[in-house]
Amino acid sequence: MDAENKRMEGSMKIGVLASQGAFAEHISILQKLDTEAVPVRLPEELRGVDGLIIPGGESTSISRLMSSYNLMSEIASMAGGGMPLFGTCAGMILMARGISANGTESLALINIRVRRNAFGRQVDSFETELAIPVLGDKPFPAVFIRAPIIEKCDSGVDILARLKDGTIVAARQGKLLVTAFHPELTDDLRLHRYFLDIVSGKL
Amino acid sequence: METGTWKVKTGLAQMLKGGVIMDVVTAEHAKIAEEAGACAVMALERVPADIRAAGGVARMADPTVIEAIMKTVTIPVMAKCRIGHFVEAQALESMGVDYVDESEVLTPADEKYHVWKHDFKVPFVCGCRELGEALRRLHEGAAMIRTKGEAGSGNIVEAVRHMRGVTEGIQQVVNASEAELKELATEYRVPVEMVKEVKKLGKLPVVNFAAGGIATPADAALMMQLGAEGVFVGSGIFKSSNPEVRAKAIVKATTHYRDAAIIAEVSKNLGDAMMGLDIKQIPSEELLAQRGW
Repeated sequence: MDAENKRMEGSMKIGVLASQGAFAEHISILQKLDTEAVPVRLPEELRGVDGLIIPGGESTSISRLMSSYNLMSEIASMAGGGMPLFGTCAGMILMARGISANGTESLALINIRVRRNAFGRQVDSFETELAIPVLGDKPFPAVFIRAPIIEKCDSGVDILARLKDGTIVAARQGKLLVTAFHPELTDDLRLHRYFLDIVSGKL
Repeated sequence: METGTWKVKTGLAQMLKGGVIMDVVTAEHAKIAEEAGACAVMALERVPADIRAAGGVARMADPTVIEAIMKTVTIPVMAKCRIGHFVEAQALESMGVDYVDESEVLTPADEKYHVWKHDFKVPFVCGCRELGEALRRLHEGAAMIRTKGEAGSGNIVEAVRHMRGVTEGIQQVVNASEAELKELATEYRVPVEMVKEVKKLGKLPVVNFAAGGIATPADAALMMQLGAEGVFVGSGIFKSSNPEVRAKAIVKATTHYRDAAIIAEVSKNLGDAMMGLDIKQIPSEELLAQRGW
């Protein structure tokens, strides 16, 4: 990494939506990457952030809390203005334009259709080694908890990872990154670093 | 693909953090809870206040009730088994319940052993009053802890006592020398490695919620400020005069637990809270928190 990029990353500030869910885990990973991370519960806490992570949690719960105090509309408008977003599990659901058979209000940002709880109930939650070519040859330790899947990707969306049976579980559209699994539950920092590279404009 | 791992068991609890888990006895209740923003529901036949009033032996709920609730909501559904009643736990697991609460609210089935929870794919949450009890449950395989409080009392005082008990225990472990750690492990009746892990982390190695007596938004925020990572609300919602409004208010207060202005705002016009009990007026043999060890 050259000196200029390092300086840029050092000055980045990433918001982590802290309405409900595993936000502390994302903040801890960002700190390991020497990046300033701030919890966001209210619109004014978005001021000055260069990117936003929406964590795993319960999507209906997060959605209700985002709708209060105008947080949903503020995030949508900042994303419209080019703010990068990274959504994991519930975060992916909340960023999707389409959610099968569900009334959850979402930000409707990324051109994918998702299905919630697509693998079944908690006893069907699983861990697996996942190939993510943009991160290199080493597989990623992916944790799927009552996870959603991406049923369909529309124009402009790149598929980043599939399970062995072909199910799409990670995707990117411009500055929007989504995973059906939980990189925040592992010690592998590569997906967060990938997101920071999107934020800094390197990728 | 590996299911039932420690990571996916504890991971679900991590996804529930910052949220409110609500006791519900019907599908309609469950829908209200989900609409209000609950991160999970606890499916029961009766809320603790009614179990307390009814007396007699309290058992696992009728599977029909649990299944109706599972069909109605998309958020995780928890259900309770009696302490030590591993067959009730097996039944709940086979139904696809997302978390089993081995709970003192029901009448204990075994006076010597809790369920050996490592044998299950479904994760368990267990109650505690202090650090040693929490660690014993973790040793048996609990993937999430909640402080017991006094269920069905509508009185926060026991929940506060138990949360402080856990926090003080952790502080003691953090400050302990190598020799003292061994003594504490003996006192807690757990392997010394578990105590060492607490010292290293400065907290419990799994998620810890508060339970037992939360009746208002301020109660929920109090427990969060005292270190809870989320709250269970049992009788407090559906034994109040306006469950929809109170449920939403408690959800907001749990997220914005350090924001006094929001807590004040959401506490307005909630109607009557559930009737509370003075803990000192409850005969000691009727205190639920004393069940389990």
